[in-house]
Amino acid sequence: MSNGPFALWRWARLFNDRGVFAEGLLTTLLVSALALSMALIIGVVLGLCSTSRNRILKTVARVYVEFFQNTPLVIQVFFIYNALPMIGVRWDVFTIGAVGVGVYHGAYVAEVVRAGIHSIPPGQSEASRAQGFTHLQTMWYVVLPQTIQIILPPLTNQAVNLIKNTSVLAIIAGGDLMYRADSWASNGALSYAPAYIVTGLLYFILCFPLATWARRYEERLKSRDIIHEPLEEVVEC
Amino acid sequence: MIKLADVEKYFGSLHVLKNINLTVAEGEKLVIIGPSGSGKSTLIRCINALEEPNSGQVMLNNELLNKQNKTRLVRVNCAMVFQQFNLYPHMTVLKNITLAPIKLQKKSREEARVLAYKYLDLVGLREKANAYPSTLSGGQQQRIAIARALATQQKILLFDEPTSALDPEMVQEVLDVMIKLSSEKNTTMVVVTHEMGFARQVADRVIFMDDGAFVEQGEPDALFDNPQNERTKSFLSKILR
Repeated sequence: MSNGPFALWRWARLFNDRGVFAEGLLTTLLVSALALSMALIIGVVLGLCSTSRNRILKTVARVYVEFFQNTPLVIQVFFIYNALPMIGVRWDVFTIGAVGVGVYHGAYVAEVVRAGIHSIPPGQSEASRAQGFTHLQTMWYVVLPQTIQIILPPLTNQAVNLIKNTSVLAIIAGGDLMYRADSWASNGALSYAPAYIVTGLLYFILCFPLATWARRYEERLKSRDIIHEPLEEVVEC
Repeated sequence: MIKLADVEKYFGSLHVLKNINLTVAEGEKLVIIGPSGSGKSTLIRCINALEEPNSGQVMLNNELLNKQNKTRLVRVNCAMVFQQFNLYPHMTVLKNITLAPIKLQKKSREEARVLAYKYLDLVGLREKANAYPSTLSGGQQQRIAIARALATQQKILLFDEPTSALDPEMVQEVLDVMIKLSSEKNTTMVVVTHEMGFARQVADRVIFMDDGAFVEQGEPDALFDNPQNERTKSFLSKILR
């Protein structure tokens, strides 16, 4: 029997144990969904803060965004996993994954939302304020609904990055797809090659349609003259 | 109805409004003319708190405008029509018009609809109620914007160069609507415009502004036919050709 990294029996074994990968995929999906919801909420709130005229709110948003954009996600996750328990904050790895990835991507979503709000002509909020709407009402009824369409493509790209970044859970034994694949390979017969290839494919199947959709949607917006250029590029993460 | 006292406004080091004192009586139709950059738009934007004067006072209906009350005060007194229409593109015409009555004045949907159709009839665009703004011509959009302003039934209507962004053939349809409005005795209108014919027809008073200050004011016929100040004369000669 061949013992090469791509030997047929390794693939057969993987197929037999596919349940392990399915469980990992499910965990990755759940963590992604939770983290994405959290990132969206944080992002919209901070995006609103950074476009408000209140200096304190602006500063809070800026500091948050800069902090999370300029420190590695791994440190944040390790911090919650290793440091927080010392002050009595003990979360299961699933929660750590959702919170860690959520707050991290919240910073990026905030930048997308901010850019989106800035892309709406100032006449819109002036018309609304002239009617007597408050700043928040203006955002809610007039500005944000117009923003959504424009920021959907960059938001989708954020979702793609977020899904990929949940693989950070593998290093704290998070039970996600990457972790399951890795531990399956190391506990089995060191079938790393098939394990990583299949895992990569699974991530690809999740992300590629999203990314493609985002690109097409953006082209459609451009062709309908709703946007002229993609939003100012938010740094990749 | 409107009172400005010693209003000064700077944009950075640019002095845009210089010691403006203005009283507009209830029901008065006031037209402000002047070259671009003379501060007329800034002046009208100070009246509904889109700009905040650096010093001086703005009073609406005998109440002093300040940071705390400005949203409420503007809400109960003023409606504005903009040069660029500023209709909400994600809403139908009907929604554009009923948004403020429903959300701010707490009218029922039905009440707001009835009101909206009343003003759509006034501007002659009833059939466009369910259209989106982007499908309308500039003149139509501005007439809708006027209907939207009217639907909140404020006593003060502010017009910031309402015809300047329109193609020439659409100017008259908007002016016609505004002339119709001016027959309303109780409505106070402040109009920044270059349409001298309109000013002659509806204005009780015309103010000529230049370089952030009032240069000359008076009844339209007197001001247009017999201007006293050199700057007024030179401006009018350019405008009237």
